[in-house]
Amino acid sequence: MDLAYQILVKPFSDMVSAPDFLMQVLWDGLVSGVLYALIALGFVLIFKSSRIFNFAQGIMVVFAALTLVGFYQAGVPAWLAVLLTLAVMFVLAVAIERVVLRPLVNQPDIILFMATIGITYFLVGFGEFVFGGENKVMITEQLHIPTGTFEFKPFGGFVSISQTDLTAVIGAGILVTVLLVFLSRTKIGRAIRALGDDHQAALSVGISLSMIWVIVWFIAGIIALATGIVWGARAGVSFALEVIAYKALPVLMLGGLESVLGAIVGGLAIGIFEKLFEIYWGQPLLGGNTETWFAFVFALIVLLFRPQGMFGEKIIERV
Amino acid sequence: MLYRTAGQFKTSYEADFALFPVRQDALLLGVILLFAWLIFPLTASDFAFQTLLIPVLIYSLASLGLNLLTGYAGQLSLGTAAFMGVGAYACYKITTIFPGINLLVALALAGFFPAAIGIVFGLPSLRIKGFYLAIATLAAQFFLVWLFEKWAWLYNYNTSGAIQVPNIRMFGVYVAGPQAASITQYYFVLFVVCLITWFSINITRGRIGRIWKAVRDMDIAAELVGINLMRAKLSAFAISSYVAGVSGALFVFLWRGAAEPNLFDVQLSFRILFIAIIGGLGSILGNFLGAILIVALPVVLNWIPGLFGFSIESAVLQHINTMIIGALIIFFLIVEPLGLARLWGIAREKLILWPFPH
Repeated sequence: MDLAYQILVKPFSDMVSAPDFLMQVLWDGLVSGVLYALIALGFVLIFKSSRIFNFAQGIMVVFAALTLVGFYQAGVPAWLAVLLTLAVMFVLAVAIERVVLRPLVNQPDIILFMATIGITYFLVGFGEFVFGGENKVMITEQLHIPTGTFEFKPFGGFVSISQTDLTAVIGAGILVTVLLVFLSRTKIGRAIRALGDDHQAALSVGISLSMIWVIVWFIAGIIALATGIVWGARAGVSFALEVIAYKALPVLMLGGLESVLGAIVGGLAIGIFEKLFEIYWGQPLLGGNTETWFAFVFALIVLLFRPQGMFGEKIIERV
Repeated sequence: MLYRTAGQFKTSYEADFALFPVRQDALLLGVILLFAWLIFPLTASDFAFQTLLIPVLIYSLASLGLNLLTGYAGQLSLGTAAFMGVGAYACYKITTIFPGINLLVALALAGFFPAAIGIVFGLPSLRIKGFYLAIATLAAQFFLVWLFEKWAWLYNYNTSGAIQVPNIRMFGVYVAGPQAASITQYYFVLFVVCLITWFSINITRGRIGRIWKAVRDMDIAAELVGINLMRAKLSAFAISSYVAGVSGALFVFLWRGAAEPNLFDVQLSFRILFIAIIGGLGSILGNFLGAILIVALPVVLNWIPGLFGFSIESAVLQHINTMIIGALIIFFLIVEPLGLARLWGIAREKLILWPFPH
């Protein structure tokens, strides 16, 4: 009886009795949700256009952030460092397409997935070799990202929102809008979607597979840079960032592998729910640190009811 | 010449589906077993036992467990390390609750715990397929590792949160724990690995293995010809997790000597998936080839700079190693996506025709 009370009643009464704390928790969840969504977005773009399950997205985030900080430390002005990093991400996209993807066209999904893990290992080693393994500080101020905090006092309580987080949310919103417009309105965006629907049909109307792949990986690189700046501003730049790539997997599964909207909704949902679960159920009842697995179990439960994710294309199987 | 199959006639059905229809294959296996059972143990140093021979065998076994599930039954798993962990913790609990128990019996019993948990996490495979299924095994991976850390009963409430392997004697000789000699540990691991490999070869070419392959190739079609999908998939999860669990127990008891929950993290799962894929999915031999490559590679890479008289800082060397391993994985995938076992298959076919190719 007591246990049932602990699980079913107490967390909700806690939420109602301290609404300001609840708001703070929701906001923190939302911010990490935005970051999960950004990483998942990189995954979705690549999966849509090439059916490659790109595990390297997480390390691309780290690599982009490290490159940016590395350029700045070498004495390059901040705005130029951003441009140079974009150039590096473009070179990376071309290299991945040439060296890894082109020889592996038409291989089974699992082989391509493994190849992206190979890319991950390579980039981890390369990044550590060039930039060293120690933590770095993101050049937040030099990029004119405000660093103060807003403080609210709703319901007689206290909620603080850091301006970095707010910038992150707004920036992510703009990025996603631009991306959606790009995908639905421009010629290249349509080509990407066509390629996602049917490779051979797209090739037969003259869409260049290799060019689109470079573009898609480059866009994924841009998203990685944006994610790297935002996450780096919150937690510093280190290879520990890589673990958020694992978080993006349940986000993807929850939203559906093909859906941009799904990546965003899934990211936000997982960010918020895992925070709520951790604070109200995990810490008092389970000894905390439930954030490591909650997202996976949550996605698993949702998948049991909708095997293609919330927004994925319906899976039709034929014999 | 050496591999000529001409003249080896089969006059009965038994001879036709013998384990080694070609005499040279059996001979080759005999030579490998001779090396494994006699020549390596007599010549290897303690260093070779601990960094090459024992890990190769244990990783092969873990990869074999994964291969039964992913390569034969077609269910992608990213949670092998967690099932290894369950095996290790179960073995630890069994040996501490029944201190006098024979380690072989403890290992055999310990395998049933990961098998049961494998069935639970395999249940979603009836509804979720392909990459989406990876999430079920990843859930197992992260949840179980978290559980190893939080459930103090598992590590007998000791303050470090890690498990220490006690000294275990079998027939008057120490086989596990700090006092055990490398050579006894090697023989113990070799015995278990040979036994399970023999069992796996037979299970995969028998009725169950054929059912698994049918499910792998197309599960709806398999269902239409009357295969019970639930039984097929869950049996694959159970047997695969059993093997992975035994390998996990060996991993801790006969090699590492101690284990923290982090030992069984997702990196280990990926490493084993690498071994299975580079060796070749759907092949027993591939697991051993893949494990040899993945275990020996860092050892060789550490040894090369000294050969040329360079001295490189160990941290830098570590980074270069990671880079090279990543590059080699991509290289092997490009050269032969079907794995090293397939390379051997091609070489064997060439040898059969040699010296008169078409």
